Amino acid sequence: MLEPWIFIALLLGAGMLLPGVAIAANWVLSPKKPNSLKNTIYECGIETVGETYVQLKGAYYIYALIFVVFDIEAVFLFPWAVAYDQLQLYMVLEGVLFILILAAGLIYAWRKGVLEWV
Amino acid sequence: MTILQIAFLLIAFVTLVSALMVVTSPSMVHAALWLILTLAGIAVLFVLLNASFLAVVQVAVYIDAIAIMIIIVVMLTNNPLRSQMRTVTRTWWGAAIGALILLAGLLVMITQTPAFELQAPALAMEQEQYLKTLGSALVDVNQFILPFEIASVLLLAALIGSITVAWPFLAGRKEEQDR
Repeated sequence: MLEPWIFIALLLGAGMLLPGVAIAANWVLSPKKPNSLKNTIYECGIETVGETYVQLKGAYYIYALIFVVFDIEAVFLFPWAVAYDQLQLYMVLEGVLFILILAAGLIYAWRKGVLEWV
Repeated sequence: MTILQIAFLLIAFVTLVSALMVVTSPSMVHAALWLILTLAGIAVLFVLLNASFLAVVQVAVYIDAIAIMIIIVVMLTNNPLRSQMRTVTRTWWGAAIGALILLAGLLVMITQTPAFELQAPALAMEQEQYLKTLGSALVDVNQFILPFEIASVLLLAALIGSITVAWPFLAGRKEEQDR
């Protein structure tokens, strides 16, 4: 029962180990001769001006909300899709109806101009 | 102790510690990141309980959607990196007593349920079969078709409602910024 998850756990461990080893080796092997120029924050060649923190625009909150709604839709559709080969035609169409009702919401958001990039 | 029990204790410990860090960390951004670790720990606990689908739901909905929502809300606030909020208020003892009473009540309730004494029953069929049963029950006319479609309408109402409430305000502010 747990076997497939053991592979995921192993992959997780390997995924953490590989960059961990690379960073640790870098830290152990590299010569440490700091000077003020080397210690400056490097970002794409030029030094940053002003605050690094930027307040997000409120519109992103709506994107996040739309994302949450469709994420929860995916949770409902997942068992439906797994059982697809056992279903009769009307059951498949009910799932499609489920998607269409939510697609109406997407169209509403689109027509309102919510999805426009600001 | 079996390996599973050791894994359970380890994961439960990580979950509890990170949950504690959520409420005690003074920076909101750090609290949000600790929350993700807490939710991931709960997902692993679902896996240990043989509830694979719930584990996937936990990752897909809570870590994916809810955690991102919380981080976006944090980023909408003025400057979460600089503001170091006090995490202890003067009435902390009231909250502590309330939490202890709630814990005691829950423990009494849980130990009294008949299922508490039972061993977890062996699964009668393959996990995938459970998921298929759930999937066909959701769209079966004799079972859960009505709640299934109502869930869709409810999600639609939530989507339209949030846009209707928030969008005029946000659009107004956008025009202000453009000027």
